[in-house]
Amino acid sequence: MSEQTAHAHDIRPYLFVFGALLVLTVVTVTVSYLHLPPGPAIALGLAIATIKAALVAAFFMHLKGERAIIYGLIAITVFFLIVLFVLPITDSNWTSSRRVEHAAVGAQAEAAEAPAR
Amino acid sequence: MSTAVAAHPDAPTSGVTNAKLGIWLFLASEVMLFGTLFTTYLVLRMGAASWPRGWDVLNVPMGMVNTFVLITSSVTILLAYVKASEKNKSGFQLYMGLTILLSFAFLVIKGFEYGAHFAHGEFPSTSIFNAVYFTMTGLHGFHVICGIIVNSGLLYLSGEDFEHPLFAGRVEGAGLYWHFVDIVWIFLFPALYLL
Repeated sequence: MSEQTAHAHDIRPYLFVFGALLVLTVVTVTVSYLHLPPGPAIALGLAIATIKAALVAAFFMHLKGERAIIYGLIAITVFFLIVLFVLPITDSNWTSSRRVEHAAVGAQAEAAEAPAR
Repeated sequence: MSTAVAAHPDAPTSGVTNAKLGIWLFLASEVMLFGTLFTTYLVLRMGAASWPRGWDVLNVPMGMVNTFVLITSSVTILLAYVKASEKNKSGFQLYMGLTILLSFAFLVIKGFEYGAHFAHGEFPSTSIFNAVYFTMTGLHGFHVICGIIVNSGLLYLSGEDFEHPLFAGRVEGAGLYWHFVDIVWIFLFPALYLL
């Protein structure tokens, strides 16, 4: 028991992940300055964010080597999260008559119109 | 699912402490809470005739600095947990104190951003983008405040309760929550500032 509670941790993996997170943040900001078209920009931004989140979850939250019940809990959560995304977005796509609003007004709208969407 | 439990016959049912299971259940509900807002963001953006690009209306350098601050605080709370499980009281207090300081730094930077928006007459009611921006960052900021309260409570309790057998587990739970708050920001930052 004392070995479990008082053993020395190896913190090098944490520092490595810390460095990777900082680098990936710089990468995602740098990519945004390229002003890619929305499709590739969203795919790349989402991919980098997912990698960062996975690194945090696996190493900082100790999911790497966690018990099966936690994996099961996360699997259920991810399933319902996907449902939560898919249902309203599908509904929104089918009812295209709702697509009427401009998201920005005034100076924001001028800025939104300036770059090609 | 049953194999890991079978491999650890000593574990009564789950193989994890009730506290850890409880925190993960709470985080599952938090995922659905923020998931609802991300879905709302997507539906509103896909349904909008136009949408401002983040770099035109938000301060990207400040958002990036805040990302660094939050990631660093995730590392310091992790080190606080390491020190707590090594029974190193002063080490725990140092890293938990740093975590709380970094959390305040995040809020101060966010406050400057909010202040600049308000000074330009931009409020949640000004536009759909602003409504989404203030709702999502506001709820995230509220979670940061809650984290500060929990972490400050643990720092205070460590004065007397540090030797309690469950203390390191409490720090681990607070850390799990804090890492989740970090993950939410990891998605919020590109979604609002960079796309």
